[in-house]
Amino acid sequence: MSDLQTPAGAPGAASDDAPSTATAAANASSAGAGGRSFLPKSTLLRHLLVLALCAVLAVLLLEGTERSTNDQISRIAFYAIAAGGLTLLTGLNGQISLGHGALMAVGAYTTALMLDVDGDPLPLAVIFLVAVAVTAVVGAIVGVAAARLHGPYLAGATLALAVGVPGLTLYFSDTLGGEQGINVRAPRAPDWFVEGIEALSGERGQGTKWLAYIAVACLLISYFLLANLMRSRIGRTWRAVRDQEVAAELAGISLGSWRVLAFVVSAAAAGLAGGVLAIVVRLTAPGSFLPVLSLSLLTAIVIGGLGSLFGALLGSVLLVLLPEWARDFGLEVLDMESAQASQAAFVIYGLLLVATMLFAPAGLVGTVRLALLRRRAARAMSRAGGG
Amino acid sequence: MTRTSRRLVSVLAAATIATTMAACGGDDDSGGGGGGGGGTAEDNEATDPGMTEDSVLIGAHYPLTGPAAPGYSEIPTGVQAYFDFVNANGGVYDRQIEWRYLDDGYNPTNTGQVVNQLVLEDEVFAMMGGLGTATHNAALDLLNSEGVPDLFVASGSSLWDNPEDNPYTFGWQPDYESEGKIIGQYIAENLPDAKVGLFLQDDDFGEDGERGIRQYIDDQIVAAESYTSGNTDLGAQITALQQAGADFVVGFNTPIYTALSQLTALRLNYQPEWFYSNVGSDPQLVGSLLERFSSGAVTGTSLLEGVYTTDYLPTVDEVDNPWVQLFQRVWDESGQEGELTNFRIYGMSQAYTMVQALQAAGRNPTRDDLVAALEQAGGDFEGPALAPFRYSEDRHAGIGGMGVSRIGADGSAEELTGILITDVGDAEIEEYDGEESTPPESGIPDEEAIG
Repeated sequence: MSDLQTPAGAPGAASDDAPSTATAAANASSAGAGGRSFLPKSTLLRHLLVLALCAVLAVLLLEGTERSTNDQISRIAFYAIAAGGLTLLTGLNGQISLGHGALMAVGAYTTALMLDVDGDPLPLAVIFLVAVAVTAVVGAIVGVAAARLHGPYLAGATLALAVGVPGLTLYFSDTLGGEQGINVRAPRAPDWFVEGIEALSGERGQGTKWLAYIAVACLLISYFLLANLMRSRIGRTWRAVRDQEVAAELAGISLGSWRVLAFVVSAAAAGLAGGVLAIVVRLTAPGSFLPVLSLSLLTAIVIGGLGSLFGALLGSVLLVLLPEWARDFGLEVLDMESAQASQAAFVIYGLLLVATMLFAPAGLVGTVRLALLRRRAARAMSRAGGG
Repeated sequence: MTRTSRRLVSVLAAATIATTMAACGGDDDSGGGGGGGGGTAEDNEATDPGMTEDSVLIGAHYPLTGPAAPGYSEIPTGVQAYFDFVNANGGVYDRQIEWRYLDDGYNPTNTGQVVNQLVLEDEVFAMMGGLGTATHNAALDLLNSEGVPDLFVASGSSLWDNPEDNPYTFGWQPDYESEGKIIGQYIAENLPDAKVGLFLQDDDFGEDGERGIRQYIDDQIVAAESYTSGNTDLGAQITALQQAGADFVVGFNTPIYTALSQLTALRLNYQPEWFYSNVGSDPQLVGSLLERFSSGAVTGTSLLEGVYTTDYLPTVDEVDNPWVQLFQRVWDESGQEGELTNFRIYGMSQAYTMVQALQAAGRNPTRDDLVAALEQAGGDFEGPALAPFRYSEDRHAGIGGMGVSRIGADGSAEELTGILITDVGDAEIEEYDGEESTPPESGIPDEEAIG
């Protein structure tokens, strides 16, 4: 759907070069290969063009599919937004977080509480912005602690967040609804949208469809912003912090504050993801934000390819669709019991993860990109040899 | 859903009911017969999604994997066994009942997803027995805005009895508040000197139960401790109950926490009398959990001997009960793995009520007809439940009563009271004077079609 990843996304491929030359080289080579030569040179313009293209594709996709698929797309969208933020943190800045599910909970509960008011709630865009801001503040606090930690200690600290935050909702059960959570009043579609969809495809543009459009719009906007950020000076600095701490520090980069910034941006994305989750699921309950959510986000970006937004999206698609495919396959083709089929889905997901780690450690996107780079290099070599 | 669209739905519902009732009136002239309505298989028509000429598709969500799966995942196999039994005997109005249930892992996010799939993709005619309070809560809005009958939610929360906001949702088992009242009255009358401690799950299950029980023995309660589902260390709670001097502990908790509270009390050498509400008291499941948690140090149901509980369905140890005999036969015929358990009896009992509702809805019902049939006739359904349902146009609450019993050495239950019926709020508790129902000869209900 979207191809906004940075060429330096595969960690192994870029880490040997100074980040700026890696980016420049990739740009030049992709233009030279002829595949994307029609794209403008300016990063912003190019991303805008891809954004517009993806928006058109998204509308076609949403209008060309059933409502149940629309709902799946909304679910993919909120996982993908959170995974996009996480891939920036882990892939680009080299910090691990096992607590992004908890940050999603912060965004989701903020959204739910702001929608659950007497009278008309604020416009959804404002609510989402507040959710993003609140989560970013939480992310900053966690980030300050996280910037001092490395590897397993950082994983442990963020895991504590994932375990602790659902407990908070029970402790403050009067405001946060306790175990059964807060029912979210999903916003109704405005008239212009209903009429527009009616004109476009003759369908009812309400409920599931409206939510799917919101979710996809949030996905596209957040990926557009993340992609620009990753290709900017900030993204390059993050990569420098990840790859060469000493060199980066010698170049005058304050490691700690850049790490905190990465955590804040990543948390903001998780907050938006939580907000979308709240309106799509129409409920925020602690059962939705168990530590397993944080772990599945991490597996999604690992399977898709660390550091690549497209990889994060791909991983999220697998996260939502694979268990369903596996279950339906078990139910219909192998004629299993429902319980067995559901358990089989976990097994298949686990096997896929193991297989990815063994045969494609750079993830799906990373592996393809490495193969492309290698072929290009080989061709350049032979051309140089021939000329 | 806003008020206007809700009103629109009810107007539409009323209109469809009126037209179908007129149609049913015509049907009746052709004579009654199998299943209560007229006509033959040739008269079958497809109506709403999921209702075809020869089949009707019913869906549900259960925790088939994850921590809530032990016990609960047996319920849909019981449902399957009973639907198979009905299908083998011709189905309902010559339609085969198809049963499709999916795993939500007890996670509300997944519940939304699987219910979306069931409703939008598989197009079920109705939902039946969706399990869990928080989980089903996530599906409530979708089912009611889509107009899908959402029958017999497997949770005693009072959320399901709200016909004004959720006209398609019906409860089935007794609500926790009524259960609390019945337990409270029993203690007040029979154990007036007991110092009662409450052990509560930290959600509306515990809250509703506490509200009910405090109506009767507020002055006897010396402590109320709650636990969070998922936290397995109960040391603090059980110690607090012990220090408050409670010699009679009432638990509104799930089976896992029955086992954990027993083991924790054993470790602390705390020996009060225990009363577990129906949800957490299944002796077989708790026995097997105890064995597992204690690594075999505690075996069987020995720790549960003398524990008080409540019943609203016959239990698997009542081998002379005609309902249990019927369900045993159905289970054996279904050829599925495992033994008949109380969870499977629960599933079969729900399936029995479902067949009654489908029969009452007539030969070619729409989704709204099914809801109307339950509202009109559901209060008179007789089945395995010990007390009648409270269904009417204004109420969507399920079984209205239960009896208090005590678990014996072999896990069997000895009844201490008759069936007590009551309701939420100030409703009195009364002894149920209706006759105990027996299953029909064929094992399949025979309800008249409404209209």
